[in-house]
Amino acid sequence: MDEAQIYAALRDVFADIFDRDDIVLNASISAKDVSGWDSFRHIEILVAVEERFRVRFRTRDLDALRTVGDLVRLIQHNALAK
Amino acid sequence: MPELYWLPPPSAWREQLREFSESSEPAWSSAVALANLRLDFSKTNALDTIARRHFDSKAARRKGRHVRLALLGSSTTSHLHGAIRVAGLRRGVWIEIYENPFGQYWQELCDPTSGLRAFAPDTVLFAFDAEHIASALDDTRSKPGSGDALQDMAERLRACWRIAREELRCRVIQQTAIPHHAHLMGNNEHRLPGSPANFVSRYNAALRSMADDAGVDLLALDDRVSSDGMDGWHNPVLWRHARQEVSPAAAPFYGDLVVRVLAARMGLSSKCLVLDLDNTIWGGEVGEVGVEGLTLGQGSALGEAYVVFQKYVRALSQRGIILAACSKNDEAKALEPFDRHPDMVLRRDDFAIFMTNWNDKPGNLRAIAVELNIGTDSMVFVDDSPFERAFIRHAAVEIAVPELPDDPVAYPRTLADAGYFEAVAVTMEDRERNSAYRQNRTRKLALANSENLEAYLRSLEMVLVWRRLDSLGLQRAVQLIGKTNQFNLAGRRYGESEIAALMADEKALVLQFRLLDRFGDNGVIAIVIGRIGKGDCLLDTWLMSCRVLGRGVERAMLNVVAQAAKDQGAGRLIGEYIASERNKIVANHYDKLGFQPIANTVNGAMRSTLNLSGFTPLNSCIALRQG
Repeated sequence: MDEAQIYAALRDVFADIFDRDDIVLNASISAKDVSGWDSFRHIEILVAVEERFRVRFRTRDLDALRTVGDLVRLIQHNALAK
Repeated sequence: MPELYWLPPPSAWREQLREFSESSEPAWSSAVALANLRLDFSKTNALDTIARRHFDSKAARRKGRHVRLALLGSSTTSHLHGAIRVAGLRRGVWIEIYENPFGQYWQELCDPTSGLRAFAPDTVLFAFDAEHIASALDDTRSKPGSGDALQDMAERLRACWRIAREELRCRVIQQTAIPHHAHLMGNNEHRLPGSPANFVSRYNAALRSMADDAGVDLLALDDRVSSDGMDGWHNPVLWRHARQEVSPAAAPFYGDLVVRVLAARMGLSSKCLVLDLDNTIWGGEVGEVGVEGLTLGQGSALGEAYVVFQKYVRALSQRGIILAACSKNDEAKALEPFDRHPDMVLRRDDFAIFMTNWNDKPGNLRAIAVELNIGTDSMVFVDDSPFERAFIRHAAVEIAVPELPDDPVAYPRTLADAGYFEAVAVTMEDRERNSAYRQNRTRKLALANSENLEAYLRSLEMVLVWRRLDSLGLQRAVQLIGKTNQFNLAGRRYGESEIAALMADEKALVLQFRLLDRFGDNGVIAIVIGRIGKGDCLLDTWLMSCRVLGRGVERAMLNVVAQAAKDQGAGRLIGEYIASERNKIVANHYDKLGFQPIANTVNGAMRSTLNLSGFTPLNSCIALRQG
């Protein structure tokens, strides 16, 4: 899966969780840019991403996670590691 | 991963959810229907958000179907609220939830001015994580001379339960701990007194008798873990990251477990298990293959799987679940295996009622409910056929219809996982229930209700694809002609070479029919052979697979046959019915299609005729296509 495909799939995940079709995602977006992205939604995103991309995040991954760009890199590395 | 796999998966989820969200008069029934889909963590929360917006104020007044639940835990449980509420919706119960400030369940219980007291719950669920339980080991060690750590823990628990029951006047549910500690010794961990893993497992064991003594119900997460696997229930990353002991991915299942216990206490658990027979409790269709041909019992792994399922069902009935049978069959045929098959575990006496006829199943299920004097909403219907399952869900939404795996070896587990029959106690009455129903039953059955059938058939979007039989279809045609017994008008058995000869014969009309619907392709399900001569088309063979009975396929077939016969120059169709032991269901086939009987019988064949010049195609819910 290349980066563009990951972004496209992530948009679906976000649209479902926030029930909005108009969320713009790019590498620098973080929780403060999306209304409703609180710690609860954060977990929901992680769980949905694990399910959607068939990946498992590590503890150190979650500690370092700040932006959508971080998330995309995590998905890529996780997928490669398999 | 634990998921609600017995519920049907959602389709067009976002559209359905949006419709519910934007509805100005949101219906409780729509929420219940959405909650009865196979929802994951995000979908569950999305439904919960909207349901709360719609119902939070109003639903509080719903009488008798309302629970005020205090979730008192030692770690994070807020991610479980939505799943508990949606599981409540699934059973028509509205649940309001209060959660203690992080870690402070004891203070909340003791403080008369606490948020907990102000909330005034009617049920308390104690959810203690394994680390919290095991901390009793450290407490005991640091206080020399104090007693056994398990005793200390038990005292603390009993104090919690006492306050909840006596001061808050609540029903109490105690969650067992998810045993997620790493072992220190291994297989014989129980020999190391200071081991946290050992302690948690002793604690879980002790809870059983303690809870019974105190009148507390358990939520047995440890049992779920041993059945589903630790990874599904506990994610150590999220445990560290957010102190969530129950993995969010398992939340929908968790919520369902909680509400099962609540529902059992409210008398909302299902009471009656209705079973299809063919390919559900034995392999094969008894009307087709006879008692000797059934796959059941010793001799094959598949046959043994059906025996194990029967044993499971029988054990359910012995603890008070009413059994009923609902099958499309001639009753005499359907009962034969009960009387003659040596490997049958279920006996006729195990069933409160047999509803075996050719009426549609929603009507039959309603008739069973009337007969047994129970609500259809307390019935669970188990059928291997996706068609019948979808039909019941469409026509009688209140009846629980689990999706079944296609391997019967998994049937018992599926019924158990779905938790329809959750019970918190077993009484003598439970054990005698089936015989009581049996004694009371009368054989006079309410007329089947089929008002919904046409709407349902239309919703199936059926297409009948027909063509003249060619070499590609030959093998299937031979098979159908060889094994179809019930929907087979004349019962003529042709071999491969005979059919090949008919295909080449210009005076013969050999048609195959394939049925498609929105669930997929049913394959070639019918064959008609007509012989043209002297201006007539004699229907020498008309047969159809029982899989598609009751859908009006024969009416659509007639429209095809009539046109094809006309095209070949025929002025009349002549139908033939030759009675056999097994084809009673089609005795009136040609009458129903508008044929007129002819007085003379030829070699035991009852003939009837249809004039093609005045023929107008029959109404049908099925589109036709040649191909």
